[in-house]
Amino acid sequence: MNHLVMLPILIPMLGSMIILLSKSLSFKTQRSLSLFFIVLLIFSSIFSLWSTLDKGDFIYQMGNWQAPFGITFVLDKLSITLVLLTSLLASGALWYAVKSDSDKMGENFHTLFHLQIFGLNGAFLTGDLFNLFVFFEILLLASYALLLHGHGKKRARFGIHYMVINLVGSTLFLFAVGTLYGILGTLNIADLALKISTLPAENTAVVATAGLLLLIVFGLKAAMFPLYFWLPGTYSSASAPVAALFAIMTKVGIYSIIRIHGTLFGESAGELSYYYTPWVLGLGLITIVLATIGVMSSRTLKEQVAYLVLASVSLLLIAIGINTAASISGAIYYLIHSTIIAGGFFLLADVLGLLRGSTKDRLERTAPYKMMVLSGSLFFAYAIAAASMPPFSGFLGKMMILSAALSSEWMVIVFSVVLVTSLGIIISLTRTGTLLFYHTKYEDEPIESTIKMSIFYPIMYLFAVSVLLIVFANPITGFTEQVSTMIFDSQGYMSKVLVGEP
Amino acid sequence: MEILVALIIAAFTTGGIFLLLKARTFPVVLGTILLAYAVNLFLFSMGRLHINQPAILLDGVTSYADPLPQALVLTAIVISFGMTAFLIVLSLRAKYELGNDNIDGIDTNMKTKSETNNKEDK
Repeated sequence: MNHLVMLPILIPMLGSMIILLSKSLSFKTQRSLSLFFIVLLIFSSIFSLWSTLDKGDFIYQMGNWQAPFGITFVLDKLSITLVLLTSLLASGALWYAVKSDSDKMGENFHTLFHLQIFGLNGAFLTGDLFNLFVFFEILLLASYALLLHGHGKKRARFGIHYMVINLVGSTLFLFAVGTLYGILGTLNIADLALKISTLPAENTAVVATAGLLLLIVFGLKAAMFPLYFWLPGTYSSASAPVAALFAIMTKVGIYSIIRIHGTLFGESAGELSYYYTPWVLGLGLITIVLATIGVMSSRTLKEQVAYLVLASVSLLLIAIGINTAASISGAIYYLIHSTIIAGGFFLLADVLGLLRGSTKDRLERTAPYKMMVLSGSLFFAYAIAAASMPPFSGFLGKMMILSAALSSEWMVIVFSVVLVTSLGIIISLTRTGTLLFYHTKYEDEPIESTIKMSIFYPIMYLFAVSVLLIVFANPITGFTEQVSTMIFDSQGYMSKVLVGEP
Repeated sequence: MEILVALIIAAFTTGGIFLLLKARTFPVVLGTILLAYAVNLFLFSMGRLHINQPAILLDGVTSYADPLPQALVLTAIVISFGMTAFLIVLSLRAKYELGNDNIDGIDTNMKTKSETNNKEDK
């Protein structure tokens, strides 16, 4: 059995412990260790992806207990793509944290950061519903602490909101898990799907209820209407590297809907086959409208970027709701793009806040500040990417989702809502850019700051990933199509995990 | 027995939700604790309610209690315990930083208080 593929979970876990133990050493050592582990994580994720492409999907049975009795980890193309995405985003965020010294604002930043990655990778790789809950708790506990990192009144206030709503979410998750276990007698995802395919008719209503309860929980993570109110405040009050890492947190919800609901209530589920998609589509459409209103009415740049995250998540929800192989393929492409861009945009918003002195990132006129050309060009590039305009990757992702919507019966509504909201986002980003860079009080004294050029490198690095996405669009879309066919093949997932069963 | 357990879970959930909707942090913390109790009981009863049945293999015993929900409950208890501890610390810190224990950090009595203070100053 090839144990090396488990490294994406083990490296951040061991890394966080080692960094914690090295606390007596200098802060510089902690930083180097942290950066070392993140680079190691990228290489091991690439290795896992490569071995999945080479030798096919990998099922890791803990202690060699066969599923459904043991703890299962499933490394297939979908989960390992998200693991790699997490490590790329996290490396950019961590690089920025080191460059901007925001890891010095409180204790144990690097330990918590790696624990958060540990939870994220675990949630992506697990093949068991209860372990998904456990990894959710790990990543949430790390995120509570990271959110509060660096103190501040706003953080304490939104920290409580964020924590209480997630505690309620965890409770609902356990209720759903309990219901499913009570009816089906298993918690392994593949085994659950198998049991649902032979479900007696009198139990369908209970299982459908449990499935919708799970949808509420994942919708809460993905910030689906009406459960998104925690997101703008939380994301805009967190420190920039943390907010950048949180860009993947909403995607955990999206991933869970694709993985859990797509497998449990897939083709083989009979009466319950894809019964959740109208909910996801409708709520996604409402969310994207409200997110656009949020983008247009934001008063700070960070808040605006937080609403942009919400808009990208709701487009993913719409793609899941359309539920064809083409739309899911577009969703995966757009998911990679939007995570990276949102992360980089949070970092850029933070730099602009530092450059603009006491105005911070409030959308108001200021005197000219240093490095306007560089930050302005980067803002221009990020704004185009975030508004899903050509030539960057977002355009292709959005086009893939929209062309998949052509065959949907909701075509008219999806097209009109998505295109009008895109226009709204373009208008408000144009207004923001004009305000930040052109409409300055040029007669005033320029604002001085001690920001170094090197703080922009992580932002450029994250943007380079997005450029690579469009340069290698052909192989990548070919890959996402493979992933999407695999997601629809829930029978294949069952036979992969449950060896020896039909 | 099923009805009794169901009623207890219902009572815990009702109390938990009621307390969660309060404006101060302390009742909200209590609310999450009550909800955690409710869900732990619920998980436990999902292995069906049995009396006097072993959870591990024994000679000459034919019917067993399901051990898995017991393990799940144990995990859930540990996690909710840790989360509650963190939430209590967090609300204490919010009280310290914001100067009041309102869940939104805005004290509704503050305004009237400061107005009365102003009057006293005059």
